[in-house]
Amino acid sequence: MMARAMADNLKPRDAKEVEQAIQWALGNDKTFEVVGRGSKRGIGRAAQWDGTLDLSSLSGVTLYEPEELVLSARAGTPIAEIEALVASRNQQLAFEPMDYAALLGGATGAGSIGGVIAANLSGPRRIKAGAARDHFLGVSAVSGRGETFKSGGRVVKNVTGYDLCKLLAGSWGTLAAMTDITIKTLPKAETEATILALNLTDATASKVMASAMASFADVSGAAHLPAAVAMRIAEIGATQAAVTAFRLEGVAPSVAQRKSVLESLLAPFGSLGTLGEAASRALWQAIRDVTPFAANGVAGKRDVWRISTAPTQGAIVGEALAGATDAELLYDWAGGLIWAAMPATNDAQAPLVHATAAANGGHATLIRAPIAVRAAVDVFTPEQPVLAALTKRVRGGFDPQGVLNAGRMWAGV
Amino acid sequence: MPLLMPLFDDAVLKRRAEIVAALRAIVPGEGVIASEREMRPFESDGLTAYRQLPMVVVLPETTAQVAAVLDFCHREGIKVVPRGAGTSLSGGALPLGDGVLLGLAKFNRIREIDYDNRVVVVEPGVTNLAVSQAVAEAGFYYAPDPSSQIACTIGGNVAENSGGVHCLKYGMTANNVLGCELVLMTGEIIRLGGKHLDAGGYDLLGIVTGSEGLLGVVTEVTVRILKKPQTARAALIGFAASEDGGECVAKIIGAGIIPGGMEMMDRPAIAATEEFVHAGYPLDVEALLIVELDGPQDEVDHLLERVQDIAKTCRALTCRVSNSEDERLLFWAGRKAAFPAVGRISPDYYCMDGTIPRARLPHVLNRMREMSAKYGLRVANVFHAGDGNLHPLILYDANKPGELENAEKFGADILRLCVEVGGVLTGEHGVGVEKRDLMPVMFSEEDLNQQQRLKCAFDGKSLLNPGKVFPTLHRCAELGRMHVHAGKMSFPDIPRF
Repeated sequence: MMARAMADNLKPRDAKEVEQAIQWALGNDKTFEVVGRGSKRGIGRAAQWDGTLDLSSLSGVTLYEPEELVLSARAGTPIAEIEALVASRNQQLAFEPMDYAALLGGATGAGSIGGVIAANLSGPRRIKAGAARDHFLGVSAVSGRGETFKSGGRVVKNVTGYDLCKLLAGSWGTLAAMTDITIKTLPKAETEATILALNLTDATASKVMASAMASFADVSGAAHLPAAVAMRIAEIGATQAAVTAFRLEGVAPSVAQRKSVLESLLAPFGSLGTLGEAASRALWQAIRDVTPFAANGVAGKRDVWRISTAPTQGAIVGEALAGATDAELLYDWAGGLIWAAMPATNDAQAPLVHATAAANGGHATLIRAPIAVRAAVDVFTPEQPVLAALTKRVRGGFDPQGVLNAGRMWAGV
Repeated sequence: MPLLMPLFDDAVLKRRAEIVAALRAIVPGEGVIASEREMRPFESDGLTAYRQLPMVVVLPETTAQVAAVLDFCHREGIKVVPRGAGTSLSGGALPLGDGVLLGLAKFNRIREIDYDNRVVVVEPGVTNLAVSQAVAEAGFYYAPDPSSQIACTIGGNVAENSGGVHCLKYGMTANNVLGCELVLMTGEIIRLGGKHLDAGGYDLLGIVTGSEGLLGVVTEVTVRILKKPQTARAALIGFAASEDGGECVAKIIGAGIIPGGMEMMDRPAIAATEEFVHAGYPLDVEALLIVELDGPQDEVDHLLERVQDIAKTCRALTCRVSNSEDERLLFWAGRKAAFPAVGRISPDYYCMDGTIPRARLPHVLNRMREMSAKYGLRVANVFHAGDGNLHPLILYDANKPGELENAEKFGADILRLCVEVGGVLTGEHGVGVEKRDLMPVMFSEEDLNQQQRLKCAFDGKSLLNPGKVFPTLHRCAELGRMHVHAGKMSFPDIPRF
């Protein structure tokens, strides 16, 4: 990679300076890599930019009203700071943003709220509570045109104008540099427990998860870990078996009642186990962060894909990949989210993965692979031509000169 | 209020007969309506103060027909206004006199019910309630429940990002839609999302939801369905002051309880509904709160105890909890009939839809009382207390000269107040034509320009539903222009590394 001139790496101190920086880039034909705290720099197509626009100085919570379930912060505020603050008031970010540190090999808790939003992060609770995009109420941002705009507000119910928050969530910094973010906070569950079904095949687990999701158990996490993967998580490793896990959260009487609902539903499928509150929390954090495929673990050298599909297609996708490549799999979201760790190849099996995801009505993102591979293959599933053209026009409306993170999602976008 | 709509395109109107014939070639038989008498029912939506006959009404039955109609209109430069059931309260489906009104009512089939993935695939003309009814036998339902749910369609719900009384816990339409088929103004067809939970690229589905028919025409929608909670119980709590009611709402949420529904009414709304429905509401209170908890029996019973304890600490004058399904429904009967009940005590009423930070409710109610005195018009309030969405009903008599205009001014003042206290112009009814000219109260010109650039990406000729949402229509070429001072800009004084 070319050495960058230090002069092109900017660290604005406030929103106004972000605007100036982008205007300067526009006037001087420069491009920026946009980073919050840089924890997810390894994700996306490898492209080259003239400099870095570092938003980490835009830090600090500017508003938190627990009774109003709302929090505003500068985009570069560490997510760990926000999570600690809301936890002190018995609240949480219900979308349970995952931490990519285990997969990418960085320090945990290093990301920013802006990065969480830009990557539309979520966790196992996605199936019940939604993703970052569902909790993202308001934003102020500077477009690639160097113009500051805002959208949304601080209230949950708002249909005033287009909801640009939805568009910015998951846009990987390619449309605008967000400077201020307002999100919804929610009460933390008083307690939780996890029920484990053991020794199910991927296909059976898929069916069992579907029944659990359709029951009164009100499951807030449904994941399946084949034996070799389950063994890498301390809380369930001793079972030496494939583990299908169901999380129940709420007030104690409710968790107890739903536990019995779930246990009778699962009984015909054989052996059951349960995890109490502490072990349950640890397990779901491991699933959320995909620690079985951690960079410093036994699967650390493998390429890792994240595949999103209809829950019933999960096991079908998984079997197709495992049959072709010796992939290791971890299923979350009742089967709708598949983490696949594949033996490293020079194309990370991109054609196979994208084709398999698309054939099953979903899409895939290459999360971990060497930079040379990410420069050569489609990191995000290619869109159909009409949609791809629309995507390009949408980007052009925000960043016509391609100043911000150009090429990070698709070449030429 | 004089409403300025895009100027009629005389060149288009002169070719009306030719255009109608071309549309008949695409949609045969009764799918094209061109006589004034038959077009009359389409001249307005739920915001009946505004009426306009369209140039022609087209009711296609297939996606291919929708695509062909849009392709034709795009090539010929003809404006198009999409319409679902026409229940919009903001004039989102108000026709244009030189435009095609594209009705999606014939798209009324449920295409697939998939219990294993907990989704239903429907055509956009299916009513909101029909989705819940179709899956009721298996114990499922579709969560967003706008009060027009008997009539309003899923397509319209997507266009408006409709809410309902359960939004705090279950979200709005945007949180419950997974995919759609969308026809662009060019006639090109795209699919966004599917049965999976997140977007593979930009979340265009999230943008299309709530775009008020300005970005594309939805021809299929995939919605999530949820298991119907095992049980639901409600508490009916009366307060001597709205401040006490507001405090109770804050404390319930502060205690970590997210009710399925939490509704508040003020004294005029209570009086009107009680007289109409006889739900047994206390008449000597300033604020009445309905708190509904849903979920497993043990959870609901447990939390209802806590809610009652909290109510006591907030000086509740009365507190009843439902002990049967009939009683719960009776608690709701008054609230659900609030609009017609108010309609009985006034010849006309104007329903507003701002959202405010919950804590500002007492302040907003006081200010509204002052405005009520100023305009000489009564106001009754129903409030989605959980999510801060306020529906003031302004009572007026359209037959009295000037009262409608006064009611509209009063309404605009209320919405300005909502923005002033940190809220927004519309919580669930949409901007449409109604709040269009108030958009600058909430947004700067740059905010609105950026929104319109997004519109341009979808509809570069601004032919789809123009005159709605945005107070000023810019040409896309003008919006796309950049004012870059190449090389002239001095290096900014920003820390480098």
